Amino acid sequence: MEMDNRLLTVTPAPHVRDNDSVQKIMWTVIAALLPAAAFSVYYFGTPALINLLIGPITAVIFEFIVQKIRKVDITVTDGSACLTGLLLAMSVSPEVPWFMMVFGSFIAIVVAKHAFGGLGGNLYNPAHVGRAAMMLSWPVAMTTWTKMTTAADVITTSTPLKILKEATKDTPAQAYNVLYDTFGSQGEMYKAMFLGFRNGSIGETCTVLLLLGGAFLIAKKIVTWEIPATMIATVALLTFIFGPAGLFTGDPVFHVMAGGLIIGAFFMATDMVTVPITRKGQIIFGVGAGVLVVLIRLKGGYPEGVCYSILLMNTVTPLIDMFVKPKRFGAGGAK
Amino acid sequence: MKFKFKGGVHPEDQKSMAASRPVAIMPVPKTVVLPLQMHIGAPCEATVQKGDIVKKGQVIGKPVSFVASPIHASVSGKVVAIDTFRHPVFGHGQAVKIESDDLDEWVPEIPLSTPRDYKTLSKEDIIEIVKENGIVGLGGATFPTHIKLAPPEDKKVEAIILNGAECEPFLCSDHKVMLESADKMKEGLEIMMKVVGVNKAYVGIEDNKPDAIEVMNKTFSGTNVEIVPLRVRYPQGAEKMLIQAITGREVPPGKLPLDVGVVVQNVVTAVAISDAVKYNIPLIERISTVSGGAVKNPQCVQLRVGALFGDVFDFVGGFSEEPQKIVMGGPMMGFAQAALDVPVIKGVSGILALNSKEVKVEKEKPCIRCGRCVDACPVGLIPSMLSILGERRVVETAKTDYNVFDCMECGSCVYVCPSKRNIVQYIKYLKAENNALTSKK
Repeated sequence: MEMDNRLLTVTPAPHVRDNDSVQKIMWTVIAALLPAAAFSVYYFGTPALINLLIGPITAVIFEFIVQKIRKVDITVTDGSACLTGLLLAMSVSPEVPWFMMVFGSFIAIVVAKHAFGGLGGNLYNPAHVGRAAMMLSWPVAMTTWTKMTTAADVITTSTPLKILKEATKDTPAQAYNVLYDTFGSQGEMYKAMFLGFRNGSIGETCTVLLLLGGAFLIAKKIVTWEIPATMIATVALLTFIFGPAGLFTGDPVFHVMAGGLIIGAFFMATDMVTVPITRKGQIIFGVGAGVLVVLIRLKGGYPEGVCYSILLMNTVTPLIDMFVKPKRFGAGGAK
Repeated sequence: MKFKFKGGVHPEDQKSMAASRPVAIMPVPKTVVLPLQMHIGAPCEATVQKGDIVKKGQVIGKPVSFVASPIHASVSGKVVAIDTFRHPVFGHGQAVKIESDDLDEWVPEIPLSTPRDYKTLSKEDIIEIVKENGIVGLGGATFPTHIKLAPPEDKKVEAIILNGAECEPFLCSDHKVMLESADKMKEGLEIMMKVVGVNKAYVGIEDNKPDAIEVMNKTFSGTNVEIVPLRVRYPQGAEKMLIQAITGREVPPGKLPLDVGVVVQNVVTAVAISDAVKYNIPLIERISTVSGGAVKNPQCVQLRVGALFGDVFDFVGGFSEEPQKIVMGGPMMGFAQAALDVPVIKGVSGILALNSKEVKVEKEKPCIRCGRCVDACPVGLIPSMLSILGERRVVETAKTDYNVFDCMECGSCVYVCPSKRNIVQYIKYLKAENNALTSKK
C-alpha cells in the first residue's frame, strides 16, 4: 500500500442521510395546493389569477431583496417564500386589489419572516400575518365578497358564513333555513360547498380538491395528521353543540366545509415552524385553534375566524413546547 | 418480536454487498500497528522496546488502570517502533509497530494443546483468563469484558442478552460469525452465564437474518436461551433499545443495564471468550466487514488486529472508484478517517469506503421545526432544540431542560433532518462544554 495523498472527506457521523430536503417539502406543499388554485382560476376568473400570481412572485422578489440587504445566502429556490405568497393569495377574496396583495406579501415576507431571522425563525405564520395586516389596513375591502359574474358562474350571494352570521342575528331559530334556501336546499348547499361552487376566498372554496391535497401531504409524511384532525373535529363538535337555535342544533358538516377551515387546517395550521414540535403538543394546538375558530365564528364580530385562531395559537406554541416534551426514555426509573 | 422501541430510522440495508461473498482470510500482513489504547479506559504501557523480537500472542502492552485491557502482538516479528501513529478513533496515539517475520509463530503454550473445560474453572479463574487475553466488547464499544462479567455484589443480574442485531447498514460480519461459529458462541454464552451467575439468556437478532435465527434456534434448542427475532430498525442494536425490545424494561438515564438486571454482550465477544477460556487464545484477530460503494469486492475479512486499512483494501481487490470517505465502523456512528495508513483496532466491525454518490456533504440550513427528529429519537429527546442550543452556544439549558446527556449519538435525527443539520455534532459540543463547566466547579 502506497502512502498516497488522496483527499478524504472527514466529517462527523452519521455518514448517510435520507433524501429529504427543505426544498422537497416546500415544493410538494405547493404542488398539493395547485389543484385548488387552478379551480379558483376557472371559477373566479382573471381576478383570482392575478392575485395568485402577485402573491408568490412578490414574495420571492421581497425575499431576494431582503436577503441581499442582509448579505445572507439567497434561498428563494427553496420554495418557502413562494409557498407563503401562494397561501396568502389563496386566503383573500378574489376582488382584493393588486396593491393590497403586494402590501400583504411585503408584511408576510419582510416583517413576519425575515425580521424574525428568516426561515425557521418566525413565531407567526407569515401568510396569516400578511393577511391580518391587510385586514387591519383595509377592513371593508378584505371582508367583502360581493356578487360577481365570473367565467363559470354568476355568483349572486355573499359567502355562506356571512349569510349564516347575518341570519343568526336576525332570526336565530331559522338561521340555517335561510342559509339552505340561498342554495336551494341543504343537500344542494353541501354539494356546492364540496365542489367549490360558492363565494369565498380564492383558495378556500373547493373542499374536495383541498382534501385531496391534504391527504396527499399526510400520505407523503410532509404534514402530520394530528393538527388537521383535531382542529376539524373540534370545530365540528362545538358547532354542532352550540347551534343558533339552541343546543345540539348546529350543522357540523356545513361548518367544516365553510370558510377557510379546510385550507387552514391542512395547509396553514401545519406550518411546521410555527406549531409545536411534539405530537402531543400538536393535538393541543389543534384543539385550541378549533375552539378559537368556533368562538370567533359564533360570538365574534367576523364571520370567519381561522386566520386569527391560528395566529393566537402560534403565540402560545413556545409555551406548549416548553411544557409538552416527549417521554424521556427510562424516566420511570429502574423496575 | 416482543416489544418494540419508539423511534428509530430505516436506512437502506446495503448488507447483501458483503454478505453475498464468503468470509475471506487475509494473509499475515507485513506490518501491523498496535495502538496501546484499543479499549474504554486509560491506554496501556508498552512492555516491549524497539528492536525486541516478539511472538504472536505475546503481551506487548499492559494495563496501568483498572478499566483497561492488555494488548497482544498479532504477528511474530520485530518491534520496529514505539511511537505516535494514526488511531482510527482518537486521531493519533502511542502504538507499537511490528514487522512480521512471515513465520506467524505463537508464543509457546498458546493455543493450549488440551482445551480447558470451563466447568472445572472457578468464576475468578475465568475472569482472570478473559482479562489476560485482552477480551473487550467487540460490538464496537470495546468495554473490557472481564469488568462487565464481574458486576458489583449489590446489582442483581437476571439474564444475559447476546446482541446479534447488527443494525448498522453495510455490516454483516456478526451475521457471518453467527452462521459459522454458533457452537463457539454457545460455549461462550454458557461461560458467561456461569461467571455472572444467571440461568436465563436471550439472543437478539434482527429478522433480516432469518438464516442466523434458524441456526441459533437449532443450536440453543432445549436450553434456557431464548432466541428473539427483532424488528429491523436502526438503532435496534443499541444496548438500551435491545433491552427494551427483549425485556420491556427501560434503562433509566445515566444508569447501566445492570440496573435493570441485565448484562449485554455482542455475539462475537462470546466467541472470543470461548477461544480464550478453552485455548488461551488472546484477542489478535477478528472478522470485519469491508464494504461501501467504492470497494470493488465487498466482503467480510478475517484479519489481524493492527493491520492497516490500506492493506485490507488491497487484499479485497482495491477500489472500484476513488473513495470520498473511509469509515471505521458503520455509516451511522462510525468514524471518518483522514488517511489509509490507520490500523484496525479490536473494535473495528466495519471498514467502509464510500463513494461521492453515497457521501453528500451539504450546507446546513436553519431548523424548520419539522419534528422528524423528534419522531426518530429513540430516547425521547428534542434534537431540533439541542441543535439550536448548540448553534447559539446555550450550554446549561441543554443539560437541565433538554437532557442532552441522555443522547446516545445514534445519528437517527441527523439521518432524517431535511435541513441537513449536524445535530449530533452540536450535541457532542454541548456535552463537552457541560463537562468542562462541571469540572471547573
